[in-house]
Amino acid sequence: MTNSDAITDHVLDVEKIRKDFPILQTKVYGKPLVYFDNAATTQKPLQVLQTLDKYYTEYNSNVHRGVHLLSQQATEAYEVARKKIAAFINAKSDHEVIFTKGTTNSINLVAYTYGRKFLKEGDEVLISAMEHHSNIVPWQIICEEKKAILKVIPINEKGELRMDEFDKLLTPKVKIIAVTYVSNSLGTVNPVREIIAKAHALNIPVLLDGAQAVQHMPLDVQELDVDFLAFSGHKMYGPTGIGILYGKEKWLNEMPPYEGGGDMISHVTFAKTTYNELPFKFEAGTPDISGAIALGAAVDYIQQAGIHAIQQWEEELIAYAYDKLAAIPSLRFIGDAKHRAGAISFLAGNIHPFDMGEILDKQSIAVRTGHHCTQPLMEIFNIPGTVRASFSFYNTKAEVDELVRAVEKAKRMLE
Amino acid sequence: MTIKEQQDSIIEEFSFFSGWDEKYEHIIQMGKDLPLIDPKYKTDENLIRGCQSRVWLHADYKGGKIYFTADSDAVITKGLVGMVVRVLSGQTPKDIAGADIYFIDEIGLKSHLSITRSNGLLSMLKQMKMYGVAYQAKEI
Repeated sequence: MTNSDAITDHVLDVEKIRKDFPILQTKVYGKPLVYFDNAATTQKPLQVLQTLDKYYTEYNSNVHRGVHLLSQQATEAYEVARKKIAAFINAKSDHEVIFTKGTTNSINLVAYTYGRKFLKEGDEVLISAMEHHSNIVPWQIICEEKKAILKVIPINEKGELRMDEFDKLLTPKVKIIAVTYVSNSLGTVNPVREIIAKAHALNIPVLLDGAQAVQHMPLDVQELDVDFLAFSGHKMYGPTGIGILYGKEKWLNEMPPYEGGGDMISHVTFAKTTYNELPFKFEAGTPDISGAIALGAAVDYIQQAGIHAIQQWEEELIAYAYDKLAAIPSLRFIGDAKHRAGAISFLAGNIHPFDMGEILDKQSIAVRTGHHCTQPLMEIFNIPGTVRASFSFYNTKAEVDELVRAVEKAKRMLE
Repeated sequence: MTIKEQQDSIIEEFSFFSGWDEKYEHIIQMGKDLPLIDPKYKTDENLIRGCQSRVWLHADYKGGKIYFTADSDAVITKGLVGMVVRVLSGQTPKDIAGADIYFIDEIGLKSHLSITRSNGLLSMLKQMKMYGVAYQAKEI
């Protein structure tokens, strides 16, 4: 567990937090913005914005190669950010933390490099029915190339993984399991500890898509004993374009490099190149320096608020929203898992989610509508998409009331 | 009415609405007036794929003019489709192929034509013009 845990046994001051996010003060269509599209991307606190600004105004320089002072400062800040992220997820070592472009990039990295090294014809890769396209397509590509088979853990009608089916699918043929910790479409929190324990009993590594998890709950990679964890900076109050791949050192050392280029090499001749050590082996080219440093600032911000306090408030807010929405006649939830985090997906009567989203937008409420990049999941539920309200610790119960009022108005107009 | 006259009459109708909700209620109403596509034409071939809502479009060519029927699974999209059909249906292939559709922008629904919305309206307009071009070629 992270150091902050001991000191976060407090209630969040949501109004104070909201003041740190300039965009939450904006008006859309003349009314205060109600932002419930946090699963798509979160807003950024001043502390993150100022970090970006300070980097470019005071010490912008390339990392790991300059002899001059600015480059040393940039390198120092970049590596300090890595340490902060390693501490945030409790990685055993900083060099298990790879800076990537985001979750999608992180998963592609593992699918391609792990797949190239370890997958053979007839092997199996196990994903789940609720995966985001970015945890489906990279595996499809490598499976096709290696003539391996992609298998899918089914879900029940509540949008929970069928663990009885998982047990049947878990055979020595499986070479890697890649599942989401929290579903972006349904908000389901998956029993990842059970999945990891059962997989490890057969020496199968597990990749967790943590894009919708790290910002909502404490996550300790050593305690989970997870092999890979992928997540995005911009969904946890950091900038876009930066993400993380955590991998156990043993795997990262065995995997071949992903991209070739600068920074990832040890020595290059035209005959043979030797690769740099971790984490640089997987960070070819000039990285997103400002993004990494600002992501470090985002982690500081989360740590200061306290991830336990965040989780507690968000759970309270989601329970409140769930009850209020449930009271609306003809409203039904898509995904009704016992363990939920981050998001609530719903439909009202026969109203198309796109219509609902547009009428909510006109009432200054930002939600996401559509398939949320989980088309196979929408097909299972036989729906064109959902309306998804996704929450952050800066959201309030008053905003939930606004959402409910706006949904009721949309229903009157569209039914 | 010409394509221009039809558009101007829609713009005038919308000028009477002060609130967004009245405007949307009118759009939804126009979806109800849309000449519905015969279910037998509601095929994948006639489906215009948008990211979120779906639109089916069918064209009939009679007496030198094109008549459109359509449908959508979303009521706001259906209303917009209804307006576009009202403007272009019953016009000549030449006029349809060369039509300048400005009313959507004028009534403040420009976002529906942006790539990000991808709700099928832009693709539908292109498809209608394609029918114009195709039947024009047939005439020659």
